[in-house]
Order: sequence, then C-alpha cells, then structure tokens
Amino acid sequence: MFPAPFDYHRPGSLDETLALLAQYGGDARVLAGGQSLIPAMRFRLARPAVLIDINQLADLGYIRETDGVLALGAIARDAALEHSSLIASSYRLLADTSALVADPIVRQTGTVVGSLCHNDPSGDWGVTALASRAQIVIRGKAGTRTVPIDEFLVDSFATAVGEGELALEVRFPKPPDRTSGSYQKIERKVGDFATACAAAQITLAADGTVAEVGIAIGAAGPTAMRVKAGESALRGSKPSKDAIRAAADEARKLADPVADTRGSAEFKKDMAGVLVRRALVAACERLGVGGMQ
Amino acid sequence: MSTTTESTNGKHAMGVSMKRKEDPRFIRGGGKYLDDFTLPGMVWLSLVHSPYPHAKIVKIDKTPALAVPGVLAVLTGEDLAAHNLAWIPTFHGYDKQMVLAVGKVLYQYQEVAGVIATSREAAQDGAEMVDVEYEPLDPVVSPFDSREDKIILRDDRENKTNHIYHWEVGKQDETNAALAASEVSIKERIVFQRCHPAPLEPCGILADMSPATGRLTLYLTSQAPHAHRTVVSLVTGIPEDKIRVISPDLGGGFGNKVPVYPGYVVAAAASVVIGVPVKWVETRTENLTCTGFARDYHMDVEIGATKEGRVTALKVSTVADHGAFDAAADPTKYPAGLFGIVTGSYDFPTAFTQLDAYFTNKAPGGVAYRCSFRVTEASFAIERGMELLARKLNMDPSEFRLKNFVKKEQFPYPSPLGFVYDSGDYHMTLRKALDIVGYDDLRKEQAEKRKRGELMGIGISTFTEAVGAGPSKHFDIMGIKMFDSAEIRVHPTGSAILRAGTKSQGQGHETTWAQIAAEELGLDPQNIMVEEGDTDTAPYGLGTYASRSTPVAGGAIALAARKIREKARKIAAHLLEAPLDDVEWENYKFQVRGQPENALTMQQIAFAAYTNPAPDSEPGLEATFYYDPPNLTFPYGAYIAVVDVDRETGAVSVRRFLAIDDCGTVINPMVVEGQIHGGLTEGFAIAFMQEIKYDEQGNNLNTNFTDYLVPTSLESPKWETSSTCTPSPHHPIGAKGVGESPNVGSPAAFVNAVMDALAPLGVTHIDMPLTREKIWQACRQSTTA
Amino acid sequence: MKISVTVNGTKYERDVEPRTLLAYFLREALGLTGTHVGCDTSSCGVCVVVLDDERAVKSCTMLAVMADGHEIKTIEGLVQGGALHPLQQGFWDQHGLQCGYCTPGMMLASYVLLKNNPEPSEAEIREGLSGNLCRCTGYNNIVKAVQQAAGAMKAQPAEPVAS
Repeated sequence: MFPAPFDYHRPGSLDETLALLAQYGGDARVLAGGQSLIPAMRFRLARPAVLIDINQLADLGYIRETDGVLALGAIARDAALEHSSLIASSYRLLADTSALVADPIVRQTGTVVGSLCHNDPSGDWGVTALASRAQIVIRGKAGTRTVPIDEFLVDSFATAVGEGELALEVRFPKPPDRTSGSYQKIERKVGDFATACAAAQITLAADGTVAEVGIAIGAAGPTAMRVKAGESALRGSKPSKDAIRAAADEARKLADPVADTRGSAEFKKDMAGVLVRRALVAACERLGVGGMQ
Repeated sequence: MSTTTESTNGKHAMGVSMKRKEDPRFIRGGGKYLDDFTLPGMVWLSLVHSPYPHAKIVKIDKTPALAVPGVLAVLTGEDLAAHNLAWIPTFHGYDKQMVLAVGKVLYQYQEVAGVIATSREAAQDGAEMVDVEYEPLDPVVSPFDSREDKIILRDDRENKTNHIYHWEVGKQDETNAALAASEVSIKERIVFQRCHPAPLEPCGILADMSPATGRLTLYLTSQAPHAHRTVVSLVTGIPEDKIRVISPDLGGGFGNKVPVYPGYVVAAAASVVIGVPVKWVETRTENLTCTGFARDYHMDVEIGATKEGRVTALKVSTVADHGAFDAAADPTKYPAGLFGIVTGSYDFPTAFTQLDAYFTNKAPGGVAYRCSFRVTEASFAIERGMELLARKLNMDPSEFRLKNFVKKEQFPYPSPLGFVYDSGDYHMTLRKALDIVGYDDLRKEQAEKRKRGELMGIGISTFTEAVGAGPSKHFDIMGIKMFDSAEIRVHPTGSAILRAGTKSQGQGHETTWAQIAAEELGLDPQNIMVEEGDTDTAPYGLGTYASRSTPVAGGAIALAARKIREKARKIAAHLLEAPLDDVEWENYKFQVRGQPENALTMQQIAFAAYTNPAPDSEPGLEATFYYDPPNLTFPYGAYIAVVDVDRETGAVSVRRFLAIDDCGTVINPMVVEGQIHGGLTEGFAIAFMQEIKYDEQGNNLNTNFTDYLVPTSLESPKWETSSTCTPSPHHPIGAKGVGESPNVGSPAAFVNAVMDALAPLGVTHIDMPLTREKIWQACRQSTTA
Repeated sequence: MKISVTVNGTKYERDVEPRTLLAYFLREALGLTGTHVGCDTSSCGVCVVVLDDERAVKSCTMLAVMADGHEIKTIEGLVQGGALHPLQQGFWDQHGLQCGYCTPGMMLASYVLLKNNPEPSEAEIREGLSGNLCRCTGYNNIVKAVQQAAGAMKAQPAEPVAS
C-alpha cells in the first residue's frame, strides 16, 4: 500500500510555508503528524500533488498558557498534552481527551491542530474543542484571523481553512476556578474510531449554580456538534439529576449518526445521551458535586 | 548436562520450562521472515481484485498498466489457462478454485489479474491501471438463499447446484426417537460467525525458477511445506526433485498459511516464464478478504434429557457456508472435519449430526483459526446447547455437566459419533476449576448482585477436542497419509541435529522437539539443533496445524530417539563387553544391570559410534521415524469466565478467566501456558468483536484491522491458568497437544457467562460477536417486555 | 530526494522517492529487516521504531523523507555494547514472544514507555502497549517482560548516550 507519487517540500520557516501554500493552492496538503493523511494516501484516497511538511517548524510545537489563554501550536503533539502536568491540573477535559485519541503510539506523532483540520466526524478533538469554546488561529498571505471553533468545523473533512492558509494555533480559554470537565468515549478497542463520544465542561459560580457549560457530541453527524439545548438546561441553576438527564435527552435528539460496523443509528443515538450524562456526572464529581448518578 | 532452567521434576528435559532456543534471533530483530529475503534480479507481483461479488468479466485491458514505468508484464486467467494453471485443486480434493478469474468473478476482492514490475510501488501503480470491464450479476450472499438454487454460482461444475455435499454420522432414527421421547429438550439455532485467523505476518512467496540449476525454489509462508511441494509438482508437472520449498520464520499461522493461494501460483508461474525471481507479499486487505476464512456454520442444536437432568440424545444439523470454492482444508474423508466431536465431554446414549455445505459469493476457506478441523464449531455448539438445557432444567450448569460427563472408568470411550477418546478425568478437572475460582462464593455474590439489578455472569466451558490427525486408516490430505516424521543424527562429540516434517509458526518447536529428544537420549537440549521447513532436508511430513505436531511428530521424535537408543545400547554392550540383554538404560546412562559403576553416557556412545563402532553394525548414530499414530488424541479442559455487564451501554467486563487444560504429558509448561494465553485472547476476540461480515449486496465490511478487530493489551483480560494431567495411553510420551484448546474452549465460556448475566432479563441466546449493541438491545427488549 | 538519516548510530545518505515509507527504507535501502510490516491501516504496530530517542513512531505511517536529519533506533540498535538490553532479556526470560513478528515493535514501544514512566503499573503497561498488537502471546507474558526490564533498569546505571 504505497501512496501515489507526489512532490515534497519541507520549509524551514513560516513565511516559506505560506509562500508554498500560496503557490500550490489546492494541489497541496499540509503534513504535520500525518497520522490521518498518510494512511489516506496509502489507500490512494488522498492523492495530493504536493506535500508541505511543517515538522521542521519546531517553534510551532508549543503548549503555553499566557493571559488567560492556553495556546497549542500547529505541531503540538497529542502525547505532549497527555504527559503535561499543566494540562492534567488545569484542563481536565483536554487531559481526558489526550489519553483517548487513537493509540499511545499514534499520539506521540499526531497533532491537536492537525486533527481539528482533518475534522473526521468521529474525531475526538473537535468535540472537546466545542465544549471548551476553542478558537483557531489561521494565517495566510493576507494576514491572520481567529475563528471560533463553532464556525471552524464546517463539515466532514472540511474546515474554515482556505486555500493558501495554514492553521497555526488552537486556543482554549483558561478555565476559571471551579471548572472541570470530562471526555467520554465508547470504542470497540483502543485505536478504533469512536462509536460515540461526548465532552462536557462545567464552571460553577460561587453560589454553586452553573455559570457556564459546554456540551458536545461526536460520531453523531457530519461534524462534532454542541448540544446547545442541553447547555441551556443546565445553565443558571445548581446541577441536578433532572437537568443532567434533560441535557442527555437533548443530545439524543440532536444526534444523527450513520449506521456502520460500530452500530446502528438507534444505538449510537442512545449512546450519545448516555455519554453526555456520564460526562456531566463525572465533571460534577470532579467539582465535588456528588449524587448526580 | 546443563539446561537453561533447572529441572524440578526429576526429569532431565521433559516438563522443564526451559527458555526458548529460537528467541535469541527474534529479540535481536534477526528473524528471517518471507519478506526479508531478496534475490538478485527480483521483481514484484501485485494483484488486481474484483470490486463485485458476482460478475461476468467482459474484457481485461492490459495496455494502460503496461504503460506504467517499471511494469514488465500483466497476467490474466487466460494467460494462465494457456499453461493449464487457471484452476488448481483445493486441498479437500473435491473441488478446484480459480487462480485468476476466468469468465466470471465469484466474490468481492477475488483475484483477477497480476502485474509484475521492477518495484513494489510500480507493481501497485500498474495494478491500479489494469482496466477490467465487468457485467455485474446478482450476488448470492446467504447460504440459505444459496440453498434455493435460484442462481447457480458454479457453472464449471457438473452438478448445477449450489449444494456442495451432504455429510452425516450417527444414528438418525434412534436419535430422533430419543429426542421425541425426552421429558425436557432444547432446540436452538447457534451460529458460529465467519471470522479470520489474521496472523500479523501476511502470506507471501518468493518464487525463483533458476535457469542455471533448473530448479524452482519457493520461499513460502507455509505451514505444510512438503504438501505444498507435492501440490506444486502435481499442478505444474515439474518433478518434485526440481522443486524446493523453504518455509522460513513465520509470523504466525493459525491455519492461514495452509492453503495454496492464487498469489503463490501466479508468482511461481511468472518466475518460470520470465526466468527471474518473483516476490509477492499480500497486503492486510488482501489477507482478510481473500485468504482462508474460518467457521461460518449455522447449527441447529437439539439436546434431550430426563427431568432429572440426564442427557438422552443429541442432534446437530448444520448449514455450512463455504464461499465461492470448497477450499476448506480438511482431510479427504472428513468434509466437515472432526465435527463429530460434537458430543463433547458428555456420555450421550445416542447422537446424530448432519451437515449441508453451500457455495456463496464470498471468499473461500472454512478451516482455519485454530479450529482443529471444525472442533471449535462443534465445541461451541455442545457447550452452548448444554448451557441452555441446564437453564431449562433449572439446574446449576456445573452440576449438570458433572452429572453427564463421561466417567474416568469409561475410557477408552467410544463416542456415538465414531471417535474413541483416549483418556480423561473430566470430573477431576472441572472440580479443580470450580475450587480455584471459588465457584460457590461467586454464585453467592451473583445472587446478591441480582437483588440490586446488577448483571453478573459465570460461564463454564468443559470441552473435549480431537487432535493429532491422524491414523492412516482414516486420514489423508489429497491422498497423502497424515503421518509425520523425525530424523535425528547424533554427532561424534555428543550433540545432534533433529529435522521434522512439521513447521512451527511460533509454537516453539526448536525448543520442545529438542526437549523430547534430549529426554530420550540423555543429551543436552541446548545441543540438539532443530530444523524444520526446508523440503530439501526435512523428512516428509504433513506440517503444523490442527494441533497435530506434538501428537504425531512428537511421537516420531520419541520413537526415532528410541531407535537411536537401541543402537546405542548395542554399542554400549560392545564397549562394556557385556551381553546385550544385561545392558540397561538407567538414569540417562547405559549400565550393566546391577553395576552402576559400569556405565556409559550417550556422549561416550556417540563418540564410539564414529571411532569404535560395534561389529556387524553400521558406523554413525542416527535414525528416522515415520509415525502413523494409532488414534487421535483428546485434550480437554475446564474454563470458567466471570463477567459484569453494563446494561446501559452493553459493555462487558471480563473480571476473571480461569483456564484449566489437560493435554497429558507437558513438554515445556512455559510454552504450553503461552499457547493458552494466546488462544484465549483469540477466543475473547471471537466472542466479543470479530466477524467477517458481508452485506446483502455481497460487500465485505471487515477488510482491514480498522474493522476486523484484534484486541490490544488493554482489552485482553489477564488470564489465569492451571492444569491437570491425564496422559494419552497410546502416545509414545503420553502427550496430546494443546495449541488449539483455548480457541476451542473459550468462546463458549464467554458467551455462557454473558447469557448467565442476562438470565434475569429472560435472554437465552445471542450470537457472537457479542457486541455492545446486541447486549444493549437484549437488555432494552426485556425491560419493555 | 537526498536524505541523511542516522540509524542506530550510523549515518546513512540515500536518494529516495518522497513516497517511500520509512519502514521500507529501513528494510530495503538499509537492509534492517527487524522492522516489520503487518497491516495497511497503522493499526498493528509491528513497524514501530524510535525517533530521536524520544518518540515511538509507526514507520509505515512516516515517510523516509520525514526522517531526514533525524535519528532512528530500530530493534537492531537495542543491543548495548554487545549485551542484551534489559527489555530483550525480559522478553526472553518471561516468554514474551512466540512467532516474534510483533516483538521488535513491542520492545521499542516498551523502550519509550519506560523512558517516560520507569516504574509503570501493570495497568500502565497494558495501556502504554495498546498501540501494538500481538496474536500469539495473549499479552500476559509481555507485561511480565516489561516489568522485569523495568526492575533491571532501575538497578542499572544510566545508559550511555546513543552509540
């Protein structure tokens, strides 16, 4: 299983990268981790004429927190988050997710930004990015723009990155105190795409009510989706079993999965609800709010 | 005499968990697998596959492929037909299969053309460009549809029917009458789904027709190199002395490397025609879609019993889906393999089993994945059936089994379906399992959990399998009897070389065969070099599959060694100047009876064999033995699984799994334990996640490891093992073989456990694989019921 | 394209097509056949090698050109000054291999696992090796092999830098 022939460039600077992207436009694909792209090329489902390898742009591998924002550079690897004490302590939802993407080997090379740009409907990072209100920084010859994740994830394998542009960074707002989250995934085995997956992040106000909440589901439609009605069911009141169940039901309603070897649409829809409930219960438990089971 | 591990049983090498002698190369990356071999001038073969499950081939246009840089030739079925190679016989002998499709294709991914090129990439580039025009035909996917004969798939056969054969054994009328008269009975359709052995190393060949030597050398992923050599000779007309098959290190077999595949034939033919070495290594997709699948039996199981729980009769009627060609690698007289073992560990007064096999538009195969020739299917049927009957009788499943086991005193036990079981003590082994697992406490825990609505299950599987094919009276593959062989030559300085007709794919023969010989000869197993797989040097054997190696070749090794020992005794008598009758083999030495100080080691004898041979005796010290076993052997076991089911998601957690195996004499306990662990993970995969499924249009849905699932270290439970030992009375060292026991016994243990967990919900049977959705569905249906 | 890759301490300069996969470069251009190929979908891990002594990578899912200027350790580079690496000893002692096909990748994945986590629990070992399939061993003895290696490496002085 060998890719079709292609031309290969490995730029040494961001400017060089952008120039190549502008030059080749739609004929070129960016190669970061390559853990989705190279398998697609081996099956010749992807046949780019040009690959632009950005792995030499070492300064794009950052994971840094500045001014209330956690920024991950274009080649920040999944495993770097998995082993980061900053992520483990302050970004529970991201920590959970980083340990469940693909398998432990793939995670050492796969990138968060790359995964978001690939936008597989069963991917993990899109779901988590939605629940944590991420933004993507995109650079092109014309300049830099920042796109909220809701607008970034356009459709299966399609994002807001335009021809000649490069996704440079994903930003997560630093969660206020009394925030936690959970990522839940059903997979038939490690390395399988999700049968169903859900992300939840909750911020409690000083009075114990839900100040902010993000809920998203994946493998349930053309792209990951925010369960906005579920978020509304929780926002503004103290967490309760009923509110959580209501949110789970909203997830069930919203989910529109495709039947495949992982399960029927009916099963996956139900699992969307189950996982949203479990994610919310786990997030509450991590915040010291029990009894939500 | 040194061994790597100290013997603790008083024996020199038998029963010692010595470290493996083959490991030093593997741990250094020095294993030589098929794709590691290169020859000067070597070219590559890549195959073209049909996207349609059933279609006429209208036209094949080679020109776009021939235009690709590096492409040397494109071969089709027509080209092969000119050399009489378009079809080859299947192992079972009653059918043939296309090498490259001729006239029509009969399953999705069937091989249609071959492209030879100067590099792997160019061969794939070329294969992509071969332009095949098809006229799709309606596919026949279900064997039950096939049975209707509305669309006849094989117009090349004389009988225009999809029905391949009918097979039966036992007493039909008596069994039917007994079932009808039974106070309690069950009848259930039990399906063993199509799955695939999927060793990590795919199949391949490096074919080298050398004009210089006039010989065809085939480096081949082969579990049966001699059989393959003979088949190649018969099919091509090349005399066997001009063919050499070298089966190198194999990255797993599990029955996948027994059949002859189209890629082998095309590569060999290409090498003969072009005169350069041709290499073909399949992709994982090709492995899963084209090579020999396993199982696909639809079994109607009926068991009758008295209301006290004593079984009265067993009847199993099976519909077998063979795919497009009957390529099930069974011995000639056993089209359904050893399925007759379906009475299992139980003493049935009467039994009957029948089977009808059908063609469908799917890949050919059927006998693979550590099945012991269909014993996996039979064992699953009886263990599920007995479980269902125990439930209906409201009897504890362990009690029900103990009540119906063949008793120790009944061995050798003639079963109603024609086997004579050699030995066993089923009660002892099951009781040991129940004791170790703490069965009574588990049932108490279950009762408590059930009060809280928690789903916990305990599943038992007490299997008996039949292996060691087999006695020449009954067993042959394409006419060749299923003996096996060993040749042992002792060198002057007391080490030896041993060659056998078997072929390890990871089972550790380089160590275990040395241990058998070392035990018999009093030599150091570290200094007995074991070779397998080169047909130029190894004695003729039928290879390694169906757990036959230890029962058959193991016997040959022991008997060859004993021949050597008998000659050595003569040399000893000569050296000790004692009458032959007074010289004994005692404590690994030859001694004059009653005079332990008057003794010689085998090393001393070996040296003498070359320097001071006995008069009227040939110099040298070696022997060959071709062993025709008098019977099969019957390893058995008791497995217990404990599971917890999450009714909300259908997830099953295997909390514990205990496997107690009885394979008679154990050569190397560490090696046996490793075999059990591996087979249990395979059985776990089959029970919970594996299936080769075709949709209604005949599309194969499980073409890669993304959809044909192999468990990782995280899903795979931590296995607990133990053993009992009832040696085989007819085997030269009492050994029975064990490699396939875990695959034979474990699926039923898992399924019985899950069904036990779901029993309070009124669920009785779910077909494998037990996916989350199936369990979730069963749980939901019951709460709404 | 001309690339320069250091493999097991030796620098190699070769001319490769961009589409050449690292696994085949190692096996065929360099003759290091200890790295194996087992699947089409980056699922099995028999191709795992170590990049820059830091990351385990599936060499079938990496282009040889991506390794230009980098260091690769394959199974052939695990031996230390003629002596078996504790992982090799562990796999041998604990019967952590049968057919040997998954073993190189499994050992190199374990190598990186132990670098990041020198005293892993059984659960951590099973989790850390869940990117490497084995059909023969059922994983029990692989876990024991890694546990033995971890114990031996704890007792050992620090390894010399890549030789």
